[in-house]
Amino acid sequence: MSTQTPVEELDQVTVMFAGDSGDGMQLTGTQFTNTSAIIGNDVSTFPDFPAEIRAPAGTLPGVSGFQVHFGSVNIRTPGDAPDVLVAMNPAALKVNLSRLEDGATILVNEDAFTGPNLKKAGYDANPLDDGSLAAYRVVRIPLTTLNREALKDHELDSGAIDRCKNLFALGVMFWLYDRPLEPTLEWLAKKFAKKPILVEANSAALKQGYYYAETAEVFTTHYKVKPATHLPAGEYRQVNGNEALCLGLVTASHKAGVELFYGSYPITPASDVLHHLSAMKHFGVRTFQAEDEIAAVCGAIGAAYAGAIAVTGTSGPGVALKAEAIGLAVMTELPLIVINVQRAGPSTGMPTKTEQADLLQAMYGRNGECPVGILAPATPADCFEIGREAVRLALTHMVPVFVLSDGYLANGAEPWKLPDPDAFPATPVTFAEAGEGEFEGYRHDPETLRRPWARPGTPGLEHRIGGLEKWDVTGHISYDPENHHHMTALRAAKIERMQVPDAVVDGDQQGDLLVVSWGSTFGAVTSAVEEFRKGGAGTVGHVHLRYLNPFPKNLGEVLGRFKTVLVPELNMGQLCMLLRARYLVDAVSFPKVKGRPFQVTELVTRFRQAVKG
Amino acid sequence: MATTLPLKKKDFVSDQDVRWCPGCGDYAILAAIQKTMPTLGIPKEKFMFVSGIGCSSRFPYYMNTYGFHTIHGRAPALATGIKSTNPELSVWLITGDGDGLSIGGNHLLHVLRRNLDITILLFNNRIYGLTKGQYSPTSEVGKITKSTPLGSIDAPVNPLRFALASEATFVARTYDTDVKHMGEIFALAAAHKGVSFIEILQNCVIFNDGAFQAQVDKKVRHDKLLYLEHGKPMTFGKGDTRGVKLRGLELETATWNEGDEVPGDVLVHDARAENSTLAYLLTQFEDPLPVGVFRQVDRPTYDEALNHQVQQAKSKKPADLAQLYRAGANTWTVK
Repeated sequence: MSTQTPVEELDQVTVMFAGDSGDGMQLTGTQFTNTSAIIGNDVSTFPDFPAEIRAPAGTLPGVSGFQVHFGSVNIRTPGDAPDVLVAMNPAALKVNLSRLEDGATILVNEDAFTGPNLKKAGYDANPLDDGSLAAYRVVRIPLTTLNREALKDHELDSGAIDRCKNLFALGVMFWLYDRPLEPTLEWLAKKFAKKPILVEANSAALKQGYYYAETAEVFTTHYKVKPATHLPAGEYRQVNGNEALCLGLVTASHKAGVELFYGSYPITPASDVLHHLSAMKHFGVRTFQAEDEIAAVCGAIGAAYAGAIAVTGTSGPGVALKAEAIGLAVMTELPLIVINVQRAGPSTGMPTKTEQADLLQAMYGRNGECPVGILAPATPADCFEIGREAVRLALTHMVPVFVLSDGYLANGAEPWKLPDPDAFPATPVTFAEAGEGEFEGYRHDPETLRRPWARPGTPGLEHRIGGLEKWDVTGHISYDPENHHHMTALRAAKIERMQVPDAVVDGDQQGDLLVVSWGSTFGAVTSAVEEFRKGGAGTVGHVHLRYLNPFPKNLGEVLGRFKTVLVPELNMGQLCMLLRARYLVDAVSFPKVKGRPFQVTELVTRFRQAVKG
Repeated sequence: MATTLPLKKKDFVSDQDVRWCPGCGDYAILAAIQKTMPTLGIPKEKFMFVSGIGCSSRFPYYMNTYGFHTIHGRAPALATGIKSTNPELSVWLITGDGDGLSIGGNHLLHVLRRNLDITILLFNNRIYGLTKGQYSPTSEVGKITKSTPLGSIDAPVNPLRFALASEATFVARTYDTDVKHMGEIFALAAAHKGVSFIEILQNCVIFNDGAFQAQVDKKVRHDKLLYLEHGKPMTFGKGDTRGVKLRGLELETATWNEGDEVPGDVLVHDARAENSTLAYLLTQFEDPLPVGVFRQVDRPTYDEALNHQVQQAKSKKPADLAQLYRAGANTWTVK
């Protein structure tokens, strides 16, 4: 480490890596994050990439970004505005410039700011020269040239050498924030174990970037971010939402002693759930890549009937296709987990962008009175808990349970303290056994209202089920008017009887403003409430809902303690509508549908308005 | 309360009243199934009937076995989940020409190509019965129905050609007026390891009465049906005086005198041929109309392959959650 350059200590920093989708920005960002986590910082990430695999190089739609927020303090969001933008080309600069605040640092690969690239990004003049970046601190580094020079003795073609320049840039950033190179060097050695030539070249690029930053004095200062002190002691890893959800589901399956079946059709941003679970076959996981969304959920319902913990996963458009089959699972009272990794809609919408606009679809998007349990994880790591919880509730009541994740949680990562699997209780599960007389497939438990789960193949339990209305107790077909009314109420009561924890108010327990959030906005809203309360402009509480159906039993009472109820959500006011309808409270919506999460600053501003009235 | 073998037909009769129209071909199919089940040597609790929506799909309610009456067209997908989870079940899928070839065409294609080890009975009456008489994807062009007062304009699909093109490993046809023939085909299908697809020509007495009368009527059967048997010459007609032979890429009939030897160019049926050309030719032949097993070949089944992979994975790696949480991740310790 250089001793000439002054060192400044910071408690948190946000860095954005941006370049062409072929530039390796996701990899660069992930390595930066891993290293930061390993040295003890708290981290939160936001990968932001195009749906196209390789959009034309140098164009605006081809820009792939990775934002990481790290610090010695509690980090709950990927950060509002990057303190440093690493722009590998003009398009990456143009796409992200509006998100920077004055004084931010922009590190550019100046080699890429030439005629054709500028044109592709829609620049008439070179922004590095025309004064348009005067409000920022611009660091120009000829990354391509320096990287080529650094690797000139390596036996690689020029294309392969240029592909190492992201590691050069990473080396520069590691020096700037005083991070060790070892974790990335070790990772490279493993990643390219079969191609030592690539290990050497990438390692050299990383080191040369680091040494360049150290010796060329391109920065006037470099920074230290101390380890976070709020993280409980223990062993940690980084986890994103899709991974955590899979681990939670498999944990619940293992703890139930019942194997898991996953039916799915590939769809962004849920496909990784299929990928992860496919690699967990040693836990008895059976994955079925179906011919379509409908077959995926139907396969899962068949598996549930046959006695598996059945899960289907998709995004909003897929849930639309699965609607009829989910109704079948409600009617046949089978346990089923439906994962919706939400994305911006309607229709195909913006597949790689996040949104929370499928709440009402989960709540009401089927024919008939068709209630289901609905849970929403608050953070990437919370997907683990929600996965376990969804299985518990589905098995306890023999009902479908939705998990509303989203693109932000699915791909965003945070440190996760590895739990002790022995500390988890067994997942409650009972299969029916033959008794005296004819088996009654719809005899409901008086408390949970679950019906017996009878595995086909069990002697003496032969019975028929289906989508037609059933007589209570016997399960035979019924068109009886009173019975239909009774069964409709019973299906609703199953959901209402779910044991869910009470809503907890964070901050002021009563007063001017209650902010109600759900799902992935937890981090931003929590930080915003904390920030707002530092200012002391009014009494503000925050309730975050992980259970949306049923709502926590005390929610109505909590809502009544505040003058104003504000509901920020990444849709046009869906939870707000449910709260108004259910509790007759004059809740106010703060909607946002831009394919991006809330920023802390915009929330704080809105809270101020709400308190003023 | 395990069932004791041998089972009888009545063991498979459920307590539900059968509610098909009087005279419906479905009654005979139900009877043939209930009669065949006890002969298969499978315990009653291992039978599983899955259906979609339509007249035929009420079938599971009338069988005293495990049964799942699902949603329109999707029975193949449900059966995939059931059989994958419990490969020990003998799974029977009941569908119709609308359920299987219209709304569920995609699922039927995929369950066939995957070679899931189940038996599919497609009741083909060439009409929509439960919705009261619209034309179906197997209705002939020009069919006059409530939804096609001037005649249907779209060409029908042939269920057997659909099955062959989908790489089904067992493809057969039978008809509802012959309980014995149905029983034989059902037993052969049950013995086949892999997906079995059986088209059952079934009469809808209300909306399409007599659709197959010209072939299956007892008086004309011997001349109008060709009973396929593996390894046997393709002969038909009273006294077996007629046969089928190949001319170019087409089948044609030949006739000889009673008592004469079967001519050498009469084809011998080979259901086991890897090459499906003969089976395909037979599906195009209508006079006489072939019934029996068109094709039967062996291929690994989906459910077996899936469970094999799971067993292999289990034998290679312990199911250890603590290990799983760390797999493929960098970990670090906060003190």
